[in-house]
Amino acid sequence: MQLSTRRRDRLIGLFVAGAVLLNPPVLDLFSGGWVFGIPSLYAYFFTVWALLIVGLALVLEGSRARPDDRDDGAP
Amino acid sequence: MNTALVVAASLVYLGLLFAVAYFVEHGGRGSARLSRSSIVYTLSLAVYCSSWTFAGGIGRASQSGIDFLPTYLGPTLAFCLGFVLIRKVLRVSRANRITSIADLIGARFGKSTGLAALVTVIAVVGMVPYLALQLKSISSGLDVLAAGAPLVDVTSIPVLADGAFWAAVVLTVFAMLFGSRSLHPDEHHPGMVVAVALESILKLVALTAVGVFVCFGLFHGVGDLFARGAANPAIAGLYTHGGVGRGIDWLAMTALAAAAILCLPRQFQVMVVENVEERHLDRALWLFPLYLLAINLFVLPIAVAGRLTMPVGADPDSLVLTVPLAAGAPWLALIAFLGGLSASASMVVVEATALSLMVCNDVVMPALLRWRSLGLAERPDLTRLLLWIRRIAMIGVMALGYLYMRWDSQRYALVSIGLMSFVAVAQFAPAIVGGLFWRGASKAGAVAGISAGFAVWLYTEFLPSLAQSGSLPPAFVEHGLFGLSWLRPYALFGLNGLDPVTHGFFWTMLANLGAFIGVSLLARQSAIERAQAALFVDAFRFDAAAQIWRRTAHLPDLVTLAARFLGRERADAAFAAWGRERGVDAAKTVHADAELVLFGERLLAGVVGAASARVLVGSVVQEEPLGVDEVMRLLDETSRLIQANRQLEEKSRELEAATSNLQAANARLQVLDRLKDDFVATVNHELRTPLTSIRTFSEILRNHPDLPLGERQEFLRVVVAESERLTRLINQLLDLSKIEADGTAARPLAPLDVAAVAADCAASMRQVFATNRVALSLAIGSEPAWTMGDRDRLVQVVVNLLANAAKFSPPGEGRVTLAVSAEADAVEIAVADNGPGVPAAEREIVFERFRQGGDPLTDKPGGVGLGLAICQRIVAQHGGRIWVEDAPDGGALFRVRLLRTAARAEPLAAAE
Repeated sequence: MQLSTRRRDRLIGLFVAGAVLLNPPVLDLFSGGWVFGIPSLYAYFFTVWALLIVGLALVLEGSRARPDDRDDGAP
Repeated sequence: MNTALVVAASLVYLGLLFAVAYFVEHGGRGSARLSRSSIVYTLSLAVYCSSWTFAGGIGRASQSGIDFLPTYLGPTLAFCLGFVLIRKVLRVSRANRITSIADLIGARFGKSTGLAALVTVIAVVGMVPYLALQLKSISSGLDVLAAGAPLVDVTSIPVLADGAFWAAVVLTVFAMLFGSRSLHPDEHHPGMVVAVALESILKLVALTAVGVFVCFGLFHGVGDLFARGAANPAIAGLYTHGGVGRGIDWLAMTALAAAAILCLPRQFQVMVVENVEERHLDRALWLFPLYLLAINLFVLPIAVAGRLTMPVGADPDSLVLTVPLAAGAPWLALIAFLGGLSASASMVVVEATALSLMVCNDVVMPALLRWRSLGLAERPDLTRLLLWIRRIAMIGVMALGYLYMRWDSQRYALVSIGLMSFVAVAQFAPAIVGGLFWRGASKAGAVAGISAGFAVWLYTEFLPSLAQSGSLPPAFVEHGLFGLSWLRPYALFGLNGLDPVTHGFFWTMLANLGAFIGVSLLARQSAIERAQAALFVDAFRFDAAAQIWRRTAHLPDLVTLAARFLGRERADAAFAAWGRERGVDAAKTVHADAELVLFGERLLAGVVGAASARVLVGSVVQEEPLGVDEVMRLLDETSRLIQANRQLEEKSRELEAATSNLQAANARLQVLDRLKDDFVATVNHELRTPLTSIRTFSEILRNHPDLPLGERQEFLRVVVAESERLTRLINQLLDLSKIEADGTAARPLAPLDVAAVAADCAASMRQVFATNRVALSLAIGSEPAWTMGDRDRLVQVVVNLLANAAKFSPPGEGRVTLAVSAEADAVEIAVADNGPGVPAAEREIVFERFRQGGDPLTDKPGGVGLGLAICQRIVAQHGGRIWVEDAPDGGALFRVRLLRTAARAEPLAAAE
């Protein structure tokens, strides 16, 4: 229960972070420049999106061992 | 490109998909593993990316840049909350066997048939444009591959020559094969799920292939592509975002997509209904956003390349096909087409399955069941009827989609149509989320909210779309209904400057939320609503539905009812499984209690929906009327109840422990009581026997004064002997009661030598042994064995043991051994004989009063039965232990163990 509550709180934290960082007005701050030949708006959006997913994966998969789930892989 | 080739490739591809689905449904090797995998589950969720993503997203990106992304940001953010929200939907749906979004809302708000039907109607109306969009996408894809560009006006060609028509026919057949081949109580379609997962892989591969080709085949990498785009000011605008109006549109789009991922019927189907294990969700919660990210990675590059390479005015929604075609890569275009076909086909099949389920379970079946003259409720087997209703519903839904596509969708981009559908289904979001987390959400509120939202949607989204295509007079869009300018559908109450979708979303949500919350706050909930509300809101803590519905039924009725909708075998198997789980034989049970009735209802709910199931079960159960007050009392204090329940459990555990202690004590008391009775009876008997003979012989002496002297002497001898026996008995009884009454501190203990005591006793008993012709041998060590004790008492113990041994040893060949041995901290006296011994079962009871070997009343070896009891108590007073075991040569061996003290160790005690 303790663990599950902590996970829930972390996921809500990720939600808030994603909602703030990936929406205007924060998003619009990155409009217009360039990063490694890619428009900064896109570079920023996809980077933060990817980090958000990494965060989700860490919270959802990391905090407990699930041996029964390990071999349940792709076809 | 040859149309026949494209059509053939598409049919082969669809055939392959069906083969895979068939393989999985029929349990081919490894198929169970496949359909129970979290990866397949995640990929099936990607049915979200319909042809709208595939073609429409690129079209949108080529027109307004990053605006295509909120549609995927919304689901990502929604999935961040999925651990709380989606898991709860899953849990509730599984517990209540909910199989569609209409069922979910209907069940939450008091198993309401009307509400479920309303949701179904809205879902169908809302999804028709969306289905049309898929057909349009397929048909324009075919046109592009055949002619290089989509046809401008499909209405000019006959229906039978229209590619979209045939696409609709093929996909309908496909949907019927996948989604309504047989009835499952849980509505699992593993074949369909695996096929959808495969399609999701192809979608991703195809779009990525086109993207890689564009970036590295047509241009020198992504940087080059973007840089060339930047040189054109019209394209450079795609790289930026900003402005208050666009910000609001963006936020609205994100919220809309987040609501849609929960509310789209096909999403509910794959995410909730087809979910095999709850833990798969944990993985999907991050893997699905990853899929969305991957499939969107190349959308902008393809869009920019399209703008750069295609002439101005080319159809933006076809860029994914026209760019490879124009670049001379027709095979890539074909792969892209198959990717788009996958996107459309999976969406259509799952959506049609989900919608047909809703139409059948929440509109048609309830209506048919109420139509009494049809006699449906009496028909023995309804499974085929159910399947046909679903198939016809699929055909109907697809027909509507085709008609809409043919006559209405031409003027719209794919994305606009899709978003319109999103706004329609988003009307369910307040009722679902509110229903899951707010116990006060009432049926009246849900009906009001959904109706109000839907009405506003019709006015601000759907009717204008009809008007724009010419099906309705366009005047009301321009000037407002009745010429009232504040009623203009795209600028309601003068709200200008927003995208029509944002505008519609805002007003529908305002109306929906306002009515939902307002009416819920004002309206009173009925008993069943309260019950369902508590079940849903407290889904993680509480499953006590059976306690709320006090319904009973005749089990055969219930099974027959289930059999009519599931088929006899499935119904029997389900009830038998239920019985096994609870250790009851379902076949022998006649009376179905509340829990079993609930099980039957949920079983039916899986097939016909919660509302219909309730009506059906209602026909065979006796239900105790349930008052509002009662439900309030039962449920409004759920949390307090749970708290109290926990305390009660603790208390009851304590009580159980106390009870078992009491029971043990009681059993002991009963034994003691019986022993006391035995004791009184025995004492009575023991006292009476000598008294009777004394009295008898005395009377003879009195009444017959002329008895010969010898006889008189003999009688007097008996009287004296019996008197002595009586005296002995009374003395022993007194002794015993004195020992028992005195307790441990009876007399001062003094150091004494057990060896000496034993030797004295043996000496004093010689005569007795001689009389009984029993040999007594001593094994007493020469060194003294000191203990603290009362000499007289210990003598009594040893004498008693020796007397017993003499008594039980066979005269003539009896051998008794008295041994005293000293150990480090103990002194042991052992008396062994070669008599009959003491059976193992009696080794405890020989130490009780009047308990001699055998029956105390009939089998009299000559004692009074108090000797051992006295010994036991004396030894206990000395802190020692006495027990009996088998002697080496078959008789009894009594052992007395006393504490040993050092010689004369305690002069103080000795002085006393």
